[in-house]
Amino acid sequence: MRTARFLLGKALVVVEHNNAKVSPASLSAINAATKFGDVTALVAGKGSKAVADAAAKVNGVKAVIHVDSAEYANLLPENVAPLVQKVQAAQKFSHIVAAHTAFGKSVIPRVAAITDVQPIPDVIKIVDESTFVRPTYAGNAISTVKSTKDPVKLLTVRPTNFDKAAESGGSAAVSAFDAAGEAGTSKWISDEKDESGKPDLTSARVVVSGGRGLKSKENFKILYELADKIPNCAVGATRAVVDAGFVSNDLQVGQTGKVVAPQLYIAVGLSGAIQHLAGMKDSKVIACINNDPDAPIFTVSDYGLQADLFEAVPKMKSLL
Amino acid sequence: TTLFRSIFFRSMSKALVAVKRVIDYTVKVRVKPDKLGVVKDNVKHSCNPFDEIAVEQAVRLKEKKVLGEVVAVSIGGPKTQEILRNAALAMGADRAIHVKLPADDTEIEPLAVAKILKALADKEKPEFIFMGKQAIDDDSCAAPQMLAALLNWPQGTFLCDMKVEGKKVMVSRETDTGVQKLEVNVPCVLSCDLRLNEPRYAKLPEIMKAKKKPLETIDVKSLGIDVTPRLQTVEVSEPPTRQAGVKVATVEDLVSKLKTEAKVL
Repeated sequence: MRTARFLLGKALVVVEHNNAKVSPASLSAINAATKFGDVTALVAGKGSKAVADAAAKVNGVKAVIHVDSAEYANLLPENVAPLVQKVQAAQKFSHIVAAHTAFGKSVIPRVAAITDVQPIPDVIKIVDESTFVRPTYAGNAISTVKSTKDPVKLLTVRPTNFDKAAESGGSAAVSAFDAAGEAGTSKWISDEKDESGKPDLTSARVVVSGGRGLKSKENFKILYELADKIPNCAVGATRAVVDAGFVSNDLQVGQTGKVVAPQLYIAVGLSGAIQHLAGMKDSKVIACINNDPDAPIFTVSDYGLQADLFEAVPKMKSLL
Repeated sequence: TTLFRSIFFRSMSKALVAVKRVIDYTVKVRVKPDKLGVVKDNVKHSCNPFDEIAVEQAVRLKEKKVLGEVVAVSIGGPKTQEILRNAALAMGADRAIHVKLPADDTEIEPLAVAKILKALADKEKPEFIFMGKQAIDDDSCAAPQMLAALLNWPQGTFLCDMKVEGKKVMVSRETDTGVQKLEVNVPCVLSCDLRLNEPRYAKLPEIMKAKKKPLETIDVKSLGIDVTPRLQTVEVSEPPTRQAGVKVATVEDLVSKLKTEAKVL
């Protein structure tokens, strides 16, 4: 039986945390890893006992390896990767998993290189223990790949594609493991949260995005005013308006910018160029406001309003 | 002597910049009928946009005399030379190395890329290796980190700002929640994100000048590195297409549908 064979694996999840809690993305990674078999959570940190205890309670976690040492205080990949390699040498996991976040993307490829394995990044679906689905070309081509040559599969999973494991229900034993030493090549200075009070584009619940139809830098103000009326709403833009200098390039949504998948994407005065669509078409609901009825954005929008944006946007703001 | 050493170090500093030839970002990619890849023949290709940011960064550092030499590197089929000439060299790289693969559509994985670049780094001994944060074709986001690991160098990934201070680089990198600052030793691998800079457009005189710059070709076979893919592509498919929804007549309708029907406002 397929499922039985499937569950013979032994997976290690490299946990991302803030010294207090297991990150939500890591909870998704843990849930994804349960598809392979028993899950061991690796919690590295300094003063991170609370995290190890929390990880032990996560549903699906069968064991916790806790390494508490100064070199893991900020989870620098130069230090974490050799530790993962050491844990792997001792326990021979079939799969090593992390979330496809800034942390996972920094650590897993490093582990892969030193263990001579080709990693499988940004997995959106696990077909079986060696077959994985991942997007390429910013989601315009979906690739199914099979890893048969490498003895251990190293993957990062896209957190939004896997439910989070429950934070209760587990009762794993926590065991200590020796630290692997300080690489001494990089030093953490600070983590700075965005000061604007605006949510990050990639994690915002709603994104209001503007295109060439806005006509000028000054006119973007109406999008900011609309965004202020919507909780957890970020402002985005097309490459065309970034190139025109209307907004800075960190607002760019698209294949060469940020790929977003909010609950609601409001496309204002943008036609829907291919590379822009690639960055937002996985949004749950798409609404657009455009005065050109033939704009391609209408073909992907759940709700399309043909209107002059300079009238419609302030009106929309007044209704919220 | 400190002054002498610092001048000496600066003038001798070298950067490798890795660039990749990819399908241009404006092209709508289509899956091949055999469902094992995407159509690449007769499709516009250009330099991976994040790699242009990497080239720009290295060239700016050279203009500020922080770097002495910028060497562009690319791995790919014969047409990869166009990218090296028209993007990297025209933007200001001093010379280029083309690691030649058998054909323009030969694909190699990040592990092989990292091994090849390590071989070049062992030979060229750069202080910095600049790369784009990811290639917009396979979207792996892995080669820079893998190269750093093979070299046992530190990495600065998803760079949005940097400052070289002697034998260290002050790095600002984009994380999921903001910006992280690190102090990274030289030599290091730096992967460049969108906010780092805005790449220049190479003008005709630069493109003409680039034709005369040195470009060395190395056959990948001569490096003795196994570039056979570890992963087997089982299938490539189009993503599910999104259906157009309804057109609404007024702003009131739009807000009401978003509130009561879609329940997202």
